[in-house]
Amino acid sequence: MPRRIVIGIRGIGHRVIDSIWRLGYASRFFMLTLLKSGTSMRRFSLIIRELYFTGVLTLIIILVSGLFVGMVLGLQGYETLQKYGAETAVGTLVALSLVRELGPVVAGLLFASRAGSAITAEIGLMKVTEQLDAMGMMAVDPIARVVAPRFWAGVISMPLLAAIFSAMGIFGGYLVAVVLIGVDEGLFWSQMQSVVDFRFDIVNGIIKTCFFGVAVTAIAVFEGYDAQPTAEGVSGATTRTVVTSALVILGLDFVLTSFMFRGVG
Amino acid sequence: MTTETLVEIKDLNFSYDKRAVLKGINMTMVRGKIIAVMGGSGCGKTTLLRLIGGAVTPSSGYVKVADQVVHELGRDELFLLRRKMSMLFQFGALFTDLSVFDNVAFQMREHTDLPEPVIRDLVLMKLHAVGLRGAHNLMPAELSGGMARRVALARSIALDPMLVMYDEPFAGLDPISLSVIGNLIRRLTDALGMTSIVVTHDVHESLKIVDYVYFISDGVIAAHGTPAEVRRSVSPFVHQFVHSEADGPVPFHYPAATYATDLNLESSFA
Repeated sequence: MPRRIVIGIRGIGHRVIDSIWRLGYASRFFMLTLLKSGTSMRRFSLIIRELYFTGVLTLIIILVSGLFVGMVLGLQGYETLQKYGAETAVGTLVALSLVRELGPVVAGLLFASRAGSAITAEIGLMKVTEQLDAMGMMAVDPIARVVAPRFWAGVISMPLLAAIFSAMGIFGGYLVAVVLIGVDEGLFWSQMQSVVDFRFDIVNGIIKTCFFGVAVTAIAVFEGYDAQPTAEGVSGATTRTVVTSALVILGLDFVLTSFMFRGVG
Repeated sequence: MTTETLVEIKDLNFSYDKRAVLKGINMTMVRGKIIAVMGGSGCGKTTLLRLIGGAVTPSSGYVKVADQVVHELGRDELFLLRRKMSMLFQFGALFTDLSVFDNVAFQMREHTDLPEPVIRDLVLMKLHAVGLRGAHNLMPAELSGGMARRVALARSIALDPMLVMYDEPFAGLDPISLSVIGNLIRRLTDALGMTSIVVTHDVHESLKIVDYVYFISDGVIAAHGTPAEVRRSVSPFVHQFVHSEADGPVPFHYPAATYATDLNLESSFA
């Protein structure tokens, strides 16, 4: 029995040490990516090409999801607000929910599952098929040539996608509240305009999306680069990208929100 | 190391974790020649290429390429050396998001400031040398295994390297493609004056084209010599390898307990 306990404790110790080692390795990889970003900056066409794959190809899911989330918010908001005779505030509710929270968080989660997983799978498969090794043997640094452009494309795409998500959501809310239910259009927009603050709500939302963009893309490129060069290795890395990104987005959202709204109340 | 020697390997040892892969390897590779490194699967042939390319560091001993000890080079010096050498990977390792043309042009665009019209002419010349000029617009997914290997060969000679390493260039090819690749290696080596190291276990094809052969078994050099010497060799290992015999010094069975023990038969008969 004591031997089993020792083995159990040893197992936990190994896991903790491995996790800390991997975190250190990931941090070092992140720093290397930043340091080797010069090539991407000098040859911006490399980033533009990746912007298409990470940004443009994620647009459909962002547009459709944003529209439906906004429509649901409009419905739910109207249902609750009309009990207090405040149904004209539905536009404010939709806009604040989207620009402060739902826009950055849901767009971040969608970005992680669509673009993040694609980045991990692509880099992982490049590793499986020895493309990264081949690049290294050609005296071309794979971090500078493959990782950094994808990282920066993700960082640039994420805030733009979140902004489009919020805009579509507000449009969805407008469709339901104004077009379908018949809330006064003037009140819908004017209340939104007077309550939503540019600095406090919109800029804070953009800051969140920047953090999420860095986090999701850094996780995606690291998991791809660190994947075991087998089919199971790439599939495991892709899953880890989505799961870790989702957890990091939600955790980071709480931390950032608590900093941003600390003076309220 | 004479000026004729391009690659010198001295007392080279390499271990993965605690498993010794290469044990005290000594080799000399002369400029302008094709050298084959043969041995069974997993005997450390590919590791040897990775050591020559500086992708891994030896446990002891050294690899010298063009008078430079590879593992002692800094990152920038190593990359400078790698510009003068190239490697053909087992399945080509073509960049799947780039066309055949862009794959061959890759190093030219990365390492030179050549204008695009010059790059175009050079790429078409390289592709012509491997017989695939007409395929320059295709994507790697549209190529057969043999064609992919030829494109990779064109890519590996893009910057006229002094040394090209081939990792299993004949693996998985049909007889015609196999012969085409073999002839190309010989022809390009002679035409460009480069040195070629061919890691393979295809004895018959490689003995037709190489100048010198090293056999590796269990991490040590089991035999070496010219193709003619190898064919005449009485070494049991070389004989088994050259004549494709299933059993011999390289056993058919992976080391294990006795068959009777594994099937729990010993106690039954006791």
